[in-house]
Amino acid sequence: MAKLTWQSIKLQRLVGQIVVMIILGIGAIAVLMPLVWMLSTSLKTRSTSTEFPPKWIPLDAKKVVIGEREYFIYSIPVEGKMRELALFQKRGPVGIFVNPDNPKERYEIDVQKGKRVYEVKFHWENYPEALTTVPFGTYIWNSIIYVVVTTIGTVVSCTIVAYGFARFRAKGLSVLFLLLLATIMLPPQVTLIPQFVLFTKFGWYDTLYPLLVPAFFANAWNVFLLRQFFMTIPLELDDAARIDGCGPLGILWHVILPQSFPALATVAIFHSLWAWNDFFYPLIYLQSKEKWTVSIGLQQFNSIYSRNLPGLMAASTMTLIPTVVIFFVAQRLFIQGVVISGIKG
Amino acid sequence: MVATTAKGTTVAATAKRRKGLTLARREAMWAYLLISPWLIGFIWLTAGPMIASAVLSLTEYDVINPPRFVGLGNWIYMFTADPLFWHSLRVTLTYAVVAIPLGLVLGLTLALLLNTRIPAIAVWRTIYYMPSVVSGVAVAVLWSYIFNPRFGILNWLLSLAGIRGPGWLSSTEWALPALIIMSLWSVGGGMIIYLAGLQSIPTTLYEAATIDGAGAWQRFWKITLPLITPIIFYNLVIGIIGTFQYFVNAYVMTGGGPANATLFYNLYLYRNTFRWSRLGFGSAMAWFLLFVVLVMTLLVFKSSAMWVYYEGELKKE
Repeated sequence: MAKLTWQSIKLQRLVGQIVVMIILGIGAIAVLMPLVWMLSTSLKTRSTSTEFPPKWIPLDAKKVVIGEREYFIYSIPVEGKMRELALFQKRGPVGIFVNPDNPKERYEIDVQKGKRVYEVKFHWENYPEALTTVPFGTYIWNSIIYVVVTTIGTVVSCTIVAYGFARFRAKGLSVLFLLLLATIMLPPQVTLIPQFVLFTKFGWYDTLYPLLVPAFFANAWNVFLLRQFFMTIPLELDDAARIDGCGPLGILWHVILPQSFPALATVAIFHSLWAWNDFFYPLIYLQSKEKWTVSIGLQQFNSIYSRNLPGLMAASTMTLIPTVVIFFVAQRLFIQGVVISGIKG
Repeated sequence: MVATTAKGTTVAATAKRRKGLTLARREAMWAYLLISPWLIGFIWLTAGPMIASAVLSLTEYDVINPPRFVGLGNWIYMFTADPLFWHSLRVTLTYAVVAIPLGLVLGLTLALLLNTRIPAIAVWRTIYYMPSVVSGVAVAVLWSYIFNPRFGILNWLLSLAGIRGPGWLSSTEWALPALIIMSLWSVGGGMIIYLAGLQSIPTTLYEAATIDGAGAWQRFWKITLPLITPIIFYNLVIGIIGTFQYFVNAYVMTGGGPANATLFYNLYLYRNTFRWSRLGFGSAMAWFLLFVVLVMTLLVFKSSAMWVYYEGELKKE
């Protein structure tokens, strides 16, 4: 009796699991569909990319060159047998079909009876083409500068500041920390316009400086995240290091930093993704083409070459690839970072 | 967080007493030295510009000519005469009111499903979380073609169900709903936060409830939901504030159109400021935005007692 009940519970669980997996499976298809479509479209030709209904695998109509011209291949019944013939000419409903291997062999058949033959073909050339249609290499280089410099700036400055807030006591420090917390919620628009005026007066308009320099002055959100993390490192370790003759910077270097790799990596990854995707600040500050970042370049590609859909999707794919790679490499950190910053925020 | 601060202070205080006043002064010196990057940045890039922005909102300014004082002119114009200010606010709030609750429900549902024991759980979580990591212009470009009425896959899916899809981004009626649908794609970001919340609910509560005869439905309503309300509320407020930053998708996909149907607040602020060089008016819009955000933040603070208690409970685990 007891065994039976146990089995029925197991069965119930199994059914529940299957139902959950079916729901999740449908959702997962919906989630992945846009990305699959992007990839597939990036490998099509201009004409096949806008076909309806869309084909998920890039297919080209099979063609053959006879003489100087290209002809479509049709699959068509000849004397009861299906054959692949080239449509040479159309006369009303009747088509003149020829054997591609022997153009002298001709048949006159109703075109309606045949079907065009498609073959799978990946147009990888869309990728190099997209890279050269617009100076994508330059944009990527600018984005890399933006990402690398600001990530270094953010990690270094936020670490130092967070260390100050986590390990030192001074008059007014807690008030300043509250002030820092308050700025997390501050919408950037409130400081945006005077900053723009100021940077313009500096002669920084149309340079990368307005994007790079502020990163070195710590950002409230990351300071908060790192400070929370530093607080979990036992103070006894500091004391031990102090006895060994370490000063404040020595403690930071020998005690705090070695313990904080996950938190630092989280900040670095979140920041670099943000910088790579950032559109607003480059849009405001960068005017000349040779200074644009990938996001601006892609937007420009989108508005000028919108008829080159495969090229556009190839460019989008290339823009997303670094993000996706980083995501898969550092998945744990992501989830952890979201948990630290999300819940304790 | 509160507990750690208290502990940290005591330890430091004892240390201070032991080592004397000069050391305390030295500690303070180090503290200010270490936080100086932020402090300088705060004065230079935050506090100063905030004041400047408030002052600018009382002027007419186009960067080239010196600012001209107009008193409350921008504000009065904004509230009473500007043809699109209230409209952009309405667009933003409409989006917020529909997209955020939808995202909350969907995110929570997903988190509940992904908190069950099923095979390959990590793979499922990865799939659902990924869209919230990829973002920016590439995603906006991608979605603008998914909504294409002629060959986009959304209308293809609808056609499979025998529905003739609308013009989406080119339709005044459907452009905003399209952006809302798109927002659901990246619901995984909220899901991860819920998931963390769900996993920190002590299992003993569920065990006790099961012994008392509570079914799955009751356990959800009586235990899960009350315990994660703080997180729901947090996501809600973050979502509302985020809506006021909404920019890339509106700029890239619709340009605010058609007929201003997707003219989000931030896009309108951008246009006024950087397209039409109305920096004074833009500053007024920015400050009004700050007031809105401030109200939201106050709501967070009102609820904060709830979630600080919640965390304290967790620390004992």
